[in-house]
Amino acid sequence: MKLNNTQPLEYSTEQNKINIVGFWIFLGAEIMLFATLFTAYFVYENRTGTGPTGEEIFILGPILINTFLLLTSSFTIGLAIHAMRINRKKATLAFLGITLVLGAAFLGIEIYEFMTYYHEGATLQTSGFTSSLLLTLGTHGAHVTFGLFWGLAIIQQIIKRGITPQTANKTFIFSLYWHFLDVMWIFIYSFIYLKGMM
Amino acid sequence: MEFFERFAIPHPSPMIYASMVAIGLTVIAIIAGLTYFKKWGYLWREWLTTVDHKKIGIMYIISALLMLFRGGADAVMMRLQTSVPDNTFLDAQHYNEVFTTHGVVMIIFMAMAFIIGLMNFIVPLQIGARDVAFPRLNAISFWLYFAGAMLFNISFVIGGSPDAGWTNYYPLANNEFSPSVGVNYYNWALQISGIGTLITGINFIATILKMRAPGMKLMKMPMFTWTALITNLIIVFAFPVLTVAILMGTLDRQFATNFFTTTAGGSDMMWANLFWFWGHPEVYILILPAFGIYSEIIATFSQRNLYGYKSMVGSIVIISTLSFLVWVHHFFTMGQGALTNSIFSITTMAIAVPTGIKIFNWLLTMWKGKIRFTVPMLYSVGFIPLFTIGGVTGVMLAMASADYQYHNTMFLVAHFHNTIIPGVVFAMIAGLTYWWPKMFGFMLNEKIGKWGFWFMTIGFCFAFFPMYITGLDGQARRMYTYSEASGFGPLNMLSFFGAGLMAISFIIIVYNIYYSFRYSPRNVGDDPWNARSLEWATHNPVPEYNFAIAPQVKSSEAFWDYKKNGHQLFKGDIKDIHMPNNSGQPIIMAGLFFIFGFSFVFYIWAGVIISGIGILACLVYRSFEKDDGHHIHVQEIKETEEKFGGAKK
Repeated sequence: MKLNNTQPLEYSTEQNKINIVGFWIFLGAEIMLFATLFTAYFVYENRTGTGPTGEEIFILGPILINTFLLLTSSFTIGLAIHAMRINRKKATLAFLGITLVLGAAFLGIEIYEFMTYYHEGATLQTSGFTSSLLLTLGTHGAHVTFGLFWGLAIIQQIIKRGITPQTANKTFIFSLYWHFLDVMWIFIYSFIYLKGMM
Repeated sequence: MEFFERFAIPHPSPMIYASMVAIGLTVIAIIAGLTYFKKWGYLWREWLTTVDHKKIGIMYIISALLMLFRGGADAVMMRLQTSVPDNTFLDAQHYNEVFTTHGVVMIIFMAMAFIIGLMNFIVPLQIGARDVAFPRLNAISFWLYFAGAMLFNISFVIGGSPDAGWTNYYPLANNEFSPSVGVNYYNWALQISGIGTLITGINFIATILKMRAPGMKLMKMPMFTWTALITNLIIVFAFPVLTVAILMGTLDRQFATNFFTTTAGGSDMMWANLFWFWGHPEVYILILPAFGIYSEIIATFSQRNLYGYKSMVGSIVIISTLSFLVWVHHFFTMGQGALTNSIFSITTMAIAVPTGIKIFNWLLTMWKGKIRFTVPMLYSVGFIPLFTIGGVTGVMLAMASADYQYHNTMFLVAHFHNTIIPGVVFAMIAGLTYWWPKMFGFMLNEKIGKWGFWFMTIGFCFAFFPMYITGLDGQARRMYTYSEASGFGPLNMLSFFGAGLMAISFIIIVYNIYYSFRYSPRNVGDDPWNARSLEWATHNPVPEYNFAIAPQVKSSEAFWDYKKNGHQLFKGDIKDIHMPNNSGQPIIMAGLFFIFGFSFVFYIWAGVIISGIGILACLVYRSFEKDDGHHIHVQEIKETEEKFGGAKK
């Protein structure tokens, strides 16, 4: 295997570069996925039938906490990549761990939020609005859940194999995914919650 | 017993029971044959676990031909049913099922698979690569497609076929109006094969962007590779929309949500919009690679370089952009209002401009060329006038006000078959014939191939031109019968006759494969057509590693330069070649997806959970797997090159 030492480790082999390009293209597809969900949501936003409206069910508190949690996790995974590039295995693992803990906390609060909606009579079945809202949030939440397991697998691999071109590549790609979820959350926060509460 | 009742067919008929027996016997025959000839190991090692783009391409094409048979049988049944007024060969329910499965099978499981199969085989060769960017993912793509196709195809013997049209409009497709599990099959089969297609899209964009031979700039890529790149971009941007739409449909049908309902704030038009936002780009996903195939073939057999290369590239880029801006023209009559309709009318007509540019470029490529009328060239020459008729009727349909007359009539059916058959189907057969020696090392018989072409073309004209007339006279599509007083009888009989000719042409084409396999000479050389692009610079059939030395490229017709202008393609010495390892994981994972989809269709939650965990386990296994591939050593490469007739210089 040819190693190119002028590049960061995650870009150091030909296959690594191709993997990263491939993942960017995948993120392009993910953007379309969320764009479709958002577009549908904007159509359904006021189609509440006999169910509650966004204004009635959205509560700022947990949503704000969630925003802070996810934004911070984006920062910590950035630190993890930085630590990885200067070859600090323990720091990389620590920051990855913090990222996943923040992600898990986010998920916990989101589940609590869904339960609140359920008790207020805003279920997946209530109206076009709630179906679309919960599908959009649920898709994001499912991505975060998947990310937690993915991140655990990567931590395990760094512990076992150290920071190699392969594990560095995986960690970097995982960080792209995590940042992407954060960006999507900013859209959700602005265009679903804030817009709905205005 | 109650558990098994759900698998019963809601509308049984002797034909379906006969099909069950036929399927059962075929499966037994295949298993017995493989066991008797001891071919299980060979099949598993060489094909089922392969990650070689060439073998995956061939498997795609074989599956597509099987699906062509299935979809073709549906087509002949429809034409037979409507050949005379008040026919009772099929009842309304069966007719609904037949036109639905015909549409889905032909678009998703036949045309898509055929196009992706050809891309798989040709694109890495045309850009001088060893394989695609992600060989393992490529195998997963194929097996997910195959799982989806099989799931869809068992629907008519287990539980009932989908019957809401390939467009699957709501509220028709909801539980109230489509109570059988058919539409669940539609949802899960398309979802699973759709994931496979999306992965293909990502894979080929990465391949074409990152793995081209040294010197091959983007504007020096062969035209088929260009169209493959653009098609895969469309795939990546269109398929996620389908994913969401189908997910919403699934939730509506299986979890009582309110996306496409007509109460509680649901919107049935949302489906139509999302479906066609994917569906219109989808037809360009099919036709652009077809354009690429014609470009290769017309240049080769006119023995001239492709006229207007840059304008060809520009045209496909413009077409791909416009393809996302026209979806509303599929439902001009569904109440958007004049302004919206006008906008989409104009964008639709605008597509005719870049398409026209391409047509003229092909004509000018042939102009003063030394044309050889081989089978691939015949299909290409037949394509130009027939496709132009399809395009012109498309512009007629694009006029929103006039569309109120054509909408949902046989005129529309005639139009889109007029673009898809001469456009895509001709291209597939032409491409298959053209690249056949590349795949298998011998040529298809020209004489039999020409018979196939004439039956196909004449059959096509008889089958679809009468529909323009009956459509303008008001014959609605998707109606299982009509009265004698309507006067549609004779023209529909003519259509049936045409469909029969096309069925014969399919038999001729398959017979040609058998005949050529038996009798064609095997010493055709590496360049039997006197072709121009890089895929012909290696041996026929292609060795596992494609090129012993990566080729150097200076123009879009590197191989022609090599033959005529003394360009040196292969510089340097043979080195060890790194290749990916085979893996059984893709087929296992796709099998789990099949079980997942099947269980979901019938609400068998235990099956859903177990197979779901299995899929996740596959992902975890893959994440922890250490697979660095293997090397083919210089000695072995040299021996292989000798065996194939000497190293290339």
